[in-house]
Amino acid sequence: MRFDTVIIGGGLAGLTAGISLQEAGRKTAIVSSGQNAMHFFSGNFESPSADRDRIAALFAAAGVRTNAIDGQMLMPMGTFRDASLTLEDVTVFPDRHVADKALIVNFTGFHDFFSTFIADALEQDGTACRIRFVRLPEMEHLRLSPSEMRSVNIARAMDEHWEKVVADIRILHKDEDLILLPQVFGLKDASVLDKIRTALPARVAFIGTMPPSVPGIRTQMLLKRRFEVLGGTYLMGDEVTSAALHDGIVSSVTTRNLDTVRLFADHFILATGGYFSKGIVTTPTQVHEPLFGLDLDFPENRSAWYRADFFADQPFMNFGVKTDEALHALKDGEPVRNLFAIGSILGNTRKEDFGTAAGLAIRTAFAVVDNIKGENV
Amino acid sequence: MKIQEFTASAHNFEECMKCTVCTAYCPVVPVNPRYPGPKQAGPDGERLRLKDPYFFNQALKYCLNCKRCEVACPSGVNVADIIQAARIRYDHTPPKLRDRMLANTDFMGRLARPFAPIVNGMTGLGVSKAVLDATLAIDRHRTFPKYSGRSFEGWLKRRTKEQAKFERQVAYFHGCYVNYNYPQLGKDFVKVMNALGVGVQLLDKEKCCGVALIANGMAKQAAKHADKNIKAIQAAVDKGLNVLTTSSTCTFTIRDEYPHLLQKENDGIRDSLLLATRYIYQLLEASTAQLKFKENYHVRIAYHTPCHLEKLGWGIFSYELLKMIPGVEFTLLDSNCCGISGTYGFKKENYEASQAIGKPLFDQIRSLNPDFVACDCETCKWQIEMSTGFTVKHPVSILAEAIED
Repeated sequence: MRFDTVIIGGGLAGLTAGISLQEAGRKTAIVSSGQNAMHFFSGNFESPSADRDRIAALFAAAGVRTNAIDGQMLMPMGTFRDASLTLEDVTVFPDRHVADKALIVNFTGFHDFFSTFIADALEQDGTACRIRFVRLPEMEHLRLSPSEMRSVNIARAMDEHWEKVVADIRILHKDEDLILLPQVFGLKDASVLDKIRTALPARVAFIGTMPPSVPGIRTQMLLKRRFEVLGGTYLMGDEVTSAALHDGIVSSVTTRNLDTVRLFADHFILATGGYFSKGIVTTPTQVHEPLFGLDLDFPENRSAWYRADFFADQPFMNFGVKTDEALHALKDGEPVRNLFAIGSILGNTRKEDFGTAAGLAIRTAFAVVDNIKGENV
Repeated sequence: MKIQEFTASAHNFEECMKCTVCTAYCPVVPVNPRYPGPKQAGPDGERLRLKDPYFFNQALKYCLNCKRCEVACPSGVNVADIIQAARIRYDHTPPKLRDRMLANTDFMGRLARPFAPIVNGMTGLGVSKAVLDATLAIDRHRTFPKYSGRSFEGWLKRRTKEQAKFERQVAYFHGCYVNYNYPQLGKDFVKVMNALGVGVQLLDKEKCCGVALIANGMAKQAAKHADKNIKAIQAAVDKGLNVLTTSSTCTFTIRDEYPHLLQKENDGIRDSLLLATRYIYQLLEASTAQLKFKENYHVRIAYHTPCHLEKLGWGIFSYELLKMIPGVEFTLLDSNCCGISGTYGFKKENYEASQAIGKPLFDQIRSLNPDFVACDCETCKWQIEMSTGFTVKHPVSILAEAIED
């Protein structure tokens, strides 16, 4: 089966590249082995602010709205992080004094939203917080199985019953100028966010929960649909098992499901992610890229991979596949001429150029797409 | 203490890292509060069941075995296999009469075929539906699949000589549906294969693949079917034949459920058992055969990917074949279970959940308003036709009507 480009990995990096290539009329396939780190997405496309308009335009065409505001976002554990471009679910504050008084509302039995941590953090910056819980009879069934009171299941209930929760919050609300809610709204359709904002008597901010991320899942679904509407082929739940690489050129890859029907392409993009999605694999003595055996830098002494201080910047998070300036992956010191590496598989090796995580995924995808388009002009 | 005994599972439950992505994609969780969800029913529960079978939960029967959890899992855990294997291992409740009837698709087919007009007339009557609903708990909203008066096997046997004339040959695992309910699909398949210069043979005594037996607690009987099918398919493979199918679920069951759930080794046949769409695509791509399409064929098709086809990863062959037909306007429907899952949706206790699961799919079909829907699965076809009123055609049947006679 022949494509212009085959992308290995269907997360944010792979989909951004796939959508951009399909928009340019290139026949593209994405091979995705299971779902991806979008299900843990904070909603923040980290700094630098480069490519803001381009990112927003790509997402808007897929039906995902973004906010381009410089400021700080409140993270699930009560810490703050710089933001310049976020999903519309995320509220960006100008500074850490987010309000004089805040009402934090959680759902009874929902353990993935840390209202106390958030209150503690906000009080340090002069925001008086009050925590209240709501419960709906329509959600009681979720509590039958203690492990299923999770963001996605609440979001499904909320799609139907959000008005009842809004009514409860209106009763709980006194004189607070800010109401904080967990991000458990709009699993398929984000329009409910605005409805809630309009219906409540104070400013509303939606704060991230522990995974899975409801805004992340919605974004993933919308991006995948956009890619398919553009004519892209998304091979879900399949996995590249081997690649034909000769003389610095990849000619085809083999997948578990298609086996003898190999995927041929002019270009290949490796977007298989970091440790979580097994784009990078560790053994007791090695850190390696399992598919092509690409070059990776890591210290021989294993104890230098990590620091004992859990919260310190961990060296292993910086291990990534080596590339040249154009993001061609290196193997045995030489660039593979039609294989690019993008996203988390790079580790934090190019932080100053591309940012980290989501920002890295999108910006490296753009850089490679431009390269591929430029090559063929 | 024999720690291994209480921690080792044939399935890789220990690779689960509790991310809950499977639950996000489970079609049952949103519609049936009694179902604990794939993570709890699968890897979490497995850990407990290994310690003590007491922890087996009857609510595992609400699992559709659609495999969407496995397709979504980032860690490659065979979540649905864990759930189904637990049902086989721990649930010793004897299946009800209704479940036996629904599951024995080939036995029921053989029984009904000689009386097809009477049976079809009876099952179509409101009063019969009410009786089935009241006595057997088969939901009255369901339309029973019609039985055909003449079997597909008989039809093809009468054409043995004619088919033997083709130099290139394949064997065909037709399945119960083609044989007893809808021989036209088998005839369409033979027409397309012949147009490609390929003759079609029957297997020597195929049995029902057994998917419904597995789903209804009759794994032992399914294992007997598996033995017979593996033997019959192996005999064809030994003659150098590919064995083709037109049912995505039969194919999936024989390739993957036999070794994973019934512990039936199928290495000798697994690579030779192919969906017809895949085989046809490969012939056309290699340019070893051509199809001549009609010039005046113009249709708008919306394609639904059955869950088991999605798990096989072979939907792409159906899409590519349909897109290849000049005059076809193709739309790929969103990935969404139709809710029937074989015999599941026929049961009165599952009817409402079944329809709720399929609703987004039905809504999308109505809003697209295609000329017809395409799909590789017979039970999805019943469900979509009953729930939307749109006709559903198999990609092979579409090829058959689009090529020149």
